[in-house]
Amino acid sequence: MSERILEVGNLTVDIPVGNGMLHAVQGVSFHVDKGETLCIVGESGCGKSLTSLAIMDLLPSKAIRNANTLELDGEDILNVPERRMSDIRGNTMGMIFQEPMTSLNPAFTIGNQMVEILKRHRNVSNAEARDRAIYLLEKVGITAAASRLSQYPHQLSGGLRQRVMIAMTLMCGPDLIIADEPTTALDVTIQAQILLLLAELQREFEMGLILITHDLGVVARIADRVAVMYAGEVVEEGTANQVFNRPTHPYTQGLLECIPIPGKTERGKPLGSIPGIVPSLVGRFEACHFADRCPFAMDSCTDGNIALRPANEAGHAYRCLLSPEQCAANAKTKGVA
Amino acid sequence: MLIYAVKRLSVAILVAMTVSLITFSMIYLSGDPAMALAGESASQSDIENIRRVYGYDQPIMVQYFSWLGNALTGNLGHSHYLKTEVSEVIFTRLPVTMTLGACALTFALTLSIPLGVVAAMRPNTLIDRIALTIAVIGQALPSFWFALMMIILFGVTLRWLPITGSDSWMNFIMPSVALGYYITPAVMRLTRAGMLEVLSSDYIRTARAKGLRPSVVLFKHALRNAIIPVVSLAAVQFGFMLGGSIVIETIFAINGLGQLAWESILRADLPMMQAIVLVLSCFYIVLTFLADLLNAFLDPRIRVS
Repeated sequence: MSERILEVGNLTVDIPVGNGMLHAVQGVSFHVDKGETLCIVGESGCGKSLTSLAIMDLLPSKAIRNANTLELDGEDILNVPERRMSDIRGNTMGMIFQEPMTSLNPAFTIGNQMVEILKRHRNVSNAEARDRAIYLLEKVGITAAASRLSQYPHQLSGGLRQRVMIAMTLMCGPDLIIADEPTTALDVTIQAQILLLLAELQREFEMGLILITHDLGVVARIADRVAVMYAGEVVEEGTANQVFNRPTHPYTQGLLECIPIPGKTERGKPLGSIPGIVPSLVGRFEACHFADRCPFAMDSCTDGNIALRPANEAGHAYRCLLSPEQCAANAKTKGVA
Repeated sequence: MLIYAVKRLSVAILVAMTVSLITFSMIYLSGDPAMALAGESASQSDIENIRRVYGYDQPIMVQYFSWLGNALTGNLGHSHYLKTEVSEVIFTRLPVTMTLGACALTFALTLSIPLGVVAAMRPNTLIDRIALTIAVIGQALPSFWFALMMIILFGVTLRWLPITGSDSWMNFIMPSVALGYYITPAVMRLTRAGMLEVLSSDYIRTARAKGLRPSVVLFKHALRNAIIPVVSLAAVQFGFMLGGSIVIETIFAINGLGQLAWESILRADLPMMQAIVLVLSCFYIVLTFLADLLNAFLDPRIRVS
């Protein structure tokens, strides 16, 4: 068995709002092994970003985080003092954010910001830190790396800034990288480059990678395992092969139906869409979160919460009352299996 | 950077020219200067005489350029009242006012910037309210009244501090506080607003995600960005302070430019008033220019195009 890097068990994030409690993340569990890429997919507001911020302990101060397990390299990082947590952040666990345009400090050079993180966590000289920064800038495909160190963020394009962010996150050689929609703000042509770069670096440095995205095409290319989130819950989890070829949860099936596949999707056929809107997560509700948008909803779907249960194959789980066989049949009729 | 500095410098020179023109025109705002000088009982020939002696019979542009030429060479004219060179008087008074201004600015910044930072770190808590109260009081109190109250408390009742003169550093405490407190609210509020905005920005989240110490996040990453607008504001406020120093110096009987200005107004000593306004304006212009340079140093987006 491969080395376990991150273990998340029953993570919840609650945010107090004006008229109650917003249950943004509910009972999310997953794990990441060494050298493994876990993709978390789901639409905006499903709790993907909050999940990643909860792991980093960077949630907004009013958010309330709870979990049964939260371990990094076997160390509990749920109940550690902030001082210890800050030793971990940027060191064994790094994060790349959605907005490369604003994620670097405009007042300091690239070099300053890259050297700073290594010097915070390692006892190295300035020259050594600069050398590592140059090495990593070259690794992420930045030309004239040495001269970039004296440049300021505003002198670089969005794509370059995101490469700098990636290089900066790699400075301390982290075991785990969390990339929260790292390409959303970039041009489409740059998006693929950045993602392939991430995948490549992840393999080379044998890191665990959590990639949060809503781009299923990307997921299919680089994910080892996939967790599909909907309205604060993981509704399906499995290997990329399982989730893409044998989608079981009606929501996953609906998502895949929305994507045209060259050579497979009929010409002129309208693309699928999921009717309805995401339910409000304010206040508890004891039902399948997807019930009111689900084409297969039954009366029993609203009788209490539904547990994640194993599908037919090992490592594949889903959160639905229908049996795996019924789900497979549904997938066939929808043309997504 | 050099291009930027040259640009700001040329703007500063243009402003200085405009100020000098306005300053010069002041003479004519209060009517015929020759008549004012001659007094009520002067005869027409006396007035003509005075007009010729002081050069008021020349066309106004000729007067302006000869005055400007003299001012540039350091000759600010002759005082009507003190019978000495204006520049001589000004240069003996200037250090006092500059000391007062520097002390007041230092007091204001060391009070308002930390207060603003602390208030932004803990918004809507007791400490934020206290900072806000200090600011509101500063905004509401007229500085002359605040100065008089301090004189009563620390000078008369407690006898801790001298109330007049400029002989020792003790003399500067109350005037500096009175003058500096006047600009504290604006600087504090801008620091607080700037810090609040910066602290919720993406690059602060990045800094925290890098595991940096809270003090580094706060003082290196946040304050550096939040302070940029404060620098510009402080320069503008310093201008207000120079104006305010007229009142404060008069109250504390400090022999500075402010008091000299006040006396010269009473004596209708036009060359002296012109010179004081010109000198203070130039200081203000130089300070604004320095603030621009400091901003360029702090913000690479200005410095590096």
